[in-house]
Amino acid sequence: MANLVNMPKLGFDMAEGTLIRWDKKVGDSITRGEVLAEIETDKATVEVQSTYDGVLAKLLVEEGQAVPVGDPIAWIVEPGEDVSALEAPVSGSPAPGEAVKETVASPESQPQLQSQQSSVITSGRVKVSPLARKIASERGISLQGVQGSGPGGRIVKRDLETLLDNLLSQDTKKEIRPLPSPNPLVDRSAIPADDVVKASRLRQAINRRMTSSKQQIPHFYVVHEYDFAPIMKLRSELNALLPDDQKISVNDFIIKAAAMALRFYPNLNASMQDDEIVRHGHVNIGVAVAVEGGLLTVVSKDADVKPLRLISSEVREMAARAREGKVRPEEIEGSTFSISNLGMFDVEEFSAIINPPEAAILAVGSVKQTPVVVNGELQAGTRLKATLSADHRITDGAEAAQFLQCMEDFLEQPMRLLL
Amino acid sequence: MAKITMREAISQALWEEMERDPGVFILGEEVGVWGGTYAVTKGFYEHFGEKRVRDTPIAEAAIVGAAIGAALTGLRPVAELMTINFAFSAMDHIVNEAAKLHYMFGGQMVLPLVIRTPGGGGRQLGATHSQTPDAIFAHFPGLKVVAPGTPADAKGLLKSAIRENNPILFIENATLYQMKGEVPDGEYLIPIGKSTVQRPGKHVTLVTYSKMLPVSMEACNSLAKEGIDVEVVDLRSLRPLDMDPVLESVRKTNRAVIVEEGWKSFGVGAEVASRIYEDAFDDLDAPVKRVAQLEVPLPYNRTLEKSAIPQTADVIRAVREVVQ
Repeated sequence: MANLVNMPKLGFDMAEGTLIRWDKKVGDSITRGEVLAEIETDKATVEVQSTYDGVLAKLLVEEGQAVPVGDPIAWIVEPGEDVSALEAPVSGSPAPGEAVKETVASPESQPQLQSQQSSVITSGRVKVSPLARKIASERGISLQGVQGSGPGGRIVKRDLETLLDNLLSQDTKKEIRPLPSPNPLVDRSAIPADDVVKASRLRQAINRRMTSSKQQIPHFYVVHEYDFAPIMKLRSELNALLPDDQKISVNDFIIKAAAMALRFYPNLNASMQDDEIVRHGHVNIGVAVAVEGGLLTVVSKDADVKPLRLISSEVREMAARAREGKVRPEEIEGSTFSISNLGMFDVEEFSAIINPPEAAILAVGSVKQTPVVVNGELQAGTRLKATLSADHRITDGAEAAQFLQCMEDFLEQPMRLLL
Repeated sequence: MAKITMREAISQALWEEMERDPGVFILGEEVGVWGGTYAVTKGFYEHFGEKRVRDTPIAEAAIVGAAIGAALTGLRPVAELMTINFAFSAMDHIVNEAAKLHYMFGGQMVLPLVIRTPGGGGRQLGATHSQTPDAIFAHFPGLKVVAPGTPADAKGLLKSAIRENNPILFIENATLYQMKGEVPDGEYLIPIGKSTVQRPGKHVTLVTYSKMLPVSMEACNSLAKEGIDVEVVDLRSLRPLDMDPVLESVRKTNRAVIVEEGWKSFGVGAEVASRIYEDAFDDLDAPVKRVAQLEVPLPYNRTLEKSAIPQTADVIRAVREVVQ
């Protein structure tokens, strides 16, 4: 039978999307999960996958056209099916969003925890010595793509040693910022004129959302300082067991700790809807990712029940896709609480603006060596400051402070994050 | 400690054991009046007398058979076979009697028997007199097979062998009799069935024994100049086969070459390589390489014979391949 594909709703507040590119032509056969088109939303460019098997019979919108959420965009039919009668919109067509229901979410119906691990097993035998295979397995190195230097291209121990050396040296390389060329002060003509650029769609969206958040949500802020020595110690122990591309970041621990603490403080994992407070059943942590010209929030779903390593790998992969503009719809929707971490930029502390319709956002500074007083003695400590911005309509200062204290239980006894 | 030949070291071991234990006696072809085909027992006949240094007919089965009988009655015979190639004439006695009597009679008797015999090629003695059939004998449970590669080991192992209550085939190498080395004076015992590291190294493990030990050591000196540091493990006995030092070394170097004088098929290298694969597979960074005699009856022609037996250059080539 003929199936209608509609413009998916890719976020709480998405009203329309622009169809940038069709990835299939009329007459192409398509299978469930194949990319049908690319759509630009306020947040990102995302790929829309088909939820039907069949043949692409008719395109109802052209590339570049903005389409309201739920409006039909294409027909997929069974091979050989008569397509002459297909029109849009057709009465009795599926309800908006149904065709792509896997990617649709609303605060009431949180998405299910899906296995998003890309488990692509590459075929083709890699020639590798038993020892190299053992080392790779111990260090978690993928042998695909490793150039073997042994006879017949066999991957041997020294190849992995070289690889590990390179990864290590890359890690320690620090970027040197070029200085601007010195302009003679007297030559005012060399000073560039004002540069006026049209705000990108993403920029405009940030503009709208942040303005509305700051205007409509009564923010308040609570700062908490955490002893981060236990996390740093545990992290170095864990990372000693993990390959370089799978190291757990400081932020991964914070995601996990926040998610677990949110279970105890449901008012911070909530949304205000008219006169009702929706306490979300799922704990989905949005992680702010800086992208070209703005930022996106990728979502670690059900982070309270997910193992730390899975959180880490998912966030790493989603962040990478976000930076490439290839993030998937389900990866940027459904967050119930957000974390913004500027720790990598040597930040003492900062305050973030709440990401509606969430109730709170955590702004995370850098881990710093700092003088601390322990039992009346001055000594060197490892500390991190985090600032919670919360919606005073939903929660209050005491609750926010207790939540941050609850996070302390996890962050300062981080083994609890692994249990 | 004196620098003496392997011939002298073996002779010393025999002499000391005969002085020490009146039950020890020698029998074989030309061992007495003539002093031994390789002069190992020169002067023994004069010193110990005809009852303890007995010349026999040219009949290997009789030599081994008589030695087995003597051992069963409590003596400690050291039978000499002129070459290991003649041991085939005594095969039934060696592998069916000596190797099995203790087992088949429920341990009622022991067999303190040593059969000394030189093997190996390289002396233009033709296909039937130049063989290295060590692996054949090592195949039989119940028979220990010992084959030293240095004069000191020859002395220490032979003295231990004579004191053992199990039958032992003690394989010497005819081309090593003139090889000199430091040998401790007087009492010096090396336990049977213990391999040893003869040269420490870090890049590749070379497993060998007997004549191929000095050949390999020479190759190692040359390889060291190329920056390839070879660790040499000397098996010293084929049964029992002590793999511990071999495996320990392979776990360190991750590569192995096995050098033997005999044929490759079903040989010592095959056995050692299999055990490395079984017990150290995950430690290997390259396939194990075997260096062995070409699969031909050994030629009489000097040049052809040399090209059939592993030489220093063959060992060097194999090691280079394995460290590639």
